[in-house]
Amino acid sequence: MSLATIAGRDVHVDEEGFMTEYDEWSEEVAGQLASNIAIELTDRHMEVIDFLREDYKAQGETATLRRVTTVGGIPTKELFQLFPKKPAKKMAYIAGLPKPKGCV
Amino acid sequence: MKRLLVLGAGTAGTMIANKLRPSLSSDEWSITLVDQEREHHYQPGYLFIPFGTYQPEEVIKPKDRFIPKGVSLTMGEIDRVEPESNRVLLTDGSVLTYDYLVIATGTTPRPDQTPGMDGEEWRRSVFDFYTYDGATALAEKLSGWDGGQLVVHITEMPIKCPVAPLEFTFLADSFFKSKGMRDRVEITYVTPLDGAFTKPVASKRLGGMLEERKIAIETDFYIESVDNESKKIVSYDEREIPFDLLVTVPLNMGADCIARSGLGDELNFVPVDKATFLSTEWDNIFAIGDAADLPTSKAGSVAHFAVDIFTENFLQHIKGQPMTHGFDGHANCFVESGDGKALLIDFNYDTQPLPGKYPLPGIGPFSLLEETEVNHFGKLMFKWVYWNALLPGRDLPLPALMSMAGKEEMPE
Repeated sequence: MSLATIAGRDVHVDEEGFMTEYDEWSEEVAGQLASNIAIELTDRHMEVIDFLREDYKAQGETATLRRVTTVGGIPTKELFQLFPKKPAKKMAYIAGLPKPKGCV
Repeated sequence: MKRLLVLGAGTAGTMIANKLRPSLSSDEWSITLVDQEREHHYQPGYLFIPFGTYQPEEVIKPKDRFIPKGVSLTMGEIDRVEPESNRVLLTDGSVLTYDYLVIATGTTPRPDQTPGMDGEEWRRSVFDFYTYDGATALAEKLSGWDGGQLVVHITEMPIKCPVAPLEFTFLADSFFKSKGMRDRVEITYVTPLDGAFTKPVASKRLGGMLEERKIAIETDFYIESVDNESKKIVSYDEREIPFDLLVTVPLNMGADCIARSGLGDELNFVPVDKATFLSTEWDNIFAIGDAADLPTSKAGSVAHFAVDIFTENFLQHIKGQPMTHGFDGHANCFVESGDGKALLIDFNYDTQPLPGKYPLPGIGPFSLLEETEVNHFGKLMFKWVYWNALLPGRDLPLPALMSMAGKEEMPE
């Protein structure tokens, strides 16, 4: 674990750059994280991010794509458009949550 | 009289009945298993059916042979659990009550959940091998197939026995070689993961084995549909992979009766405490084996180690004592690699599969993450162990919790 300065704040991140402290996240931090991976956040992106953060708070785990679709109500196809190539990983990165467990 | 009801007489449910019956006085406790199938299938054996190594009869035995004296088996289809009134309703209208409930209803492949998967080509050029019918249909297909594009595909994690698709791929490579037709088959391994397997050291090793065998790998592939007309699979990010023969692992879901009972997550798996398997919602309901939402492999070996922990905890829990035994997610699996060899992996929630020896440090006889003939022999021998020791609940000389002894530490 190490410290990184994101949007002018010191935040804790793991070796892949995923934030490790839930409460260090803010919308400004999210904007910076998104631009690190060439994504410009829109309201629709933020709907997904807000769902992920709320769900993590309740479940203690990062939601899977299926969960974002079935529980969060955002179609999988759209998730791939909003967060191209690796949506599950990219959503978690921007939302300041652990990388979803690739499962086992 | 207290009543323990176990839903599902598969691997986990049968082991629980066998382990608990001697520890619960027959004057005080009744144990009832509920299931809708009369036959018990040795599911790891399905893998060998498509290649003609096992005959279908070898993997099936009557269930009641494994149910101990003093445990009753009720045949019926479960409609739903009513946890607030401690009742289970069957579809024939009968009602079973319980003091404690164990859900062991497993997981099932669901081709109906992906558009086109169970379409016109299902069991013609699109097959699964995680069901008895699928494995036997595929055996017939493979015996007459003259080559082309073979695509081995995983829909989404988690799946039952996560190494089985790799094993199938290695065995297929070996099968085509022995038939002298490997040069007429192109094999592609398609996965939603970012590598051959979930954990880094094993993923690298197994990925290397695909490469050695000239098997292409397509990663991060999240399937949207199967196109039956032009015979290709299509991903959400619009990649298309054509096939002549598709061997897919459909989405795995828990039983529909779990969803009807309001007890499941979005895949019908029951949320439980990861150390004790107690429902996160109900203090007299446990879920064990594939039916639970544990972040470890869905596999018989996990169910076996889990049942050892569960048995001791359950006896404490019914006395109102705290449960002092915690499960660590221990799994171990033989991985068939073809040509009479296999690997073995041993891991848990926190420790990924590492190289070394198992179960005796430095001695083995099994080698971790390495292809050996002894491992393959172990895999074949395991069928005997399963029927004769594991299901009847006899103690195996394997500790329930994972041990680092005999494993090599690896840098991440």
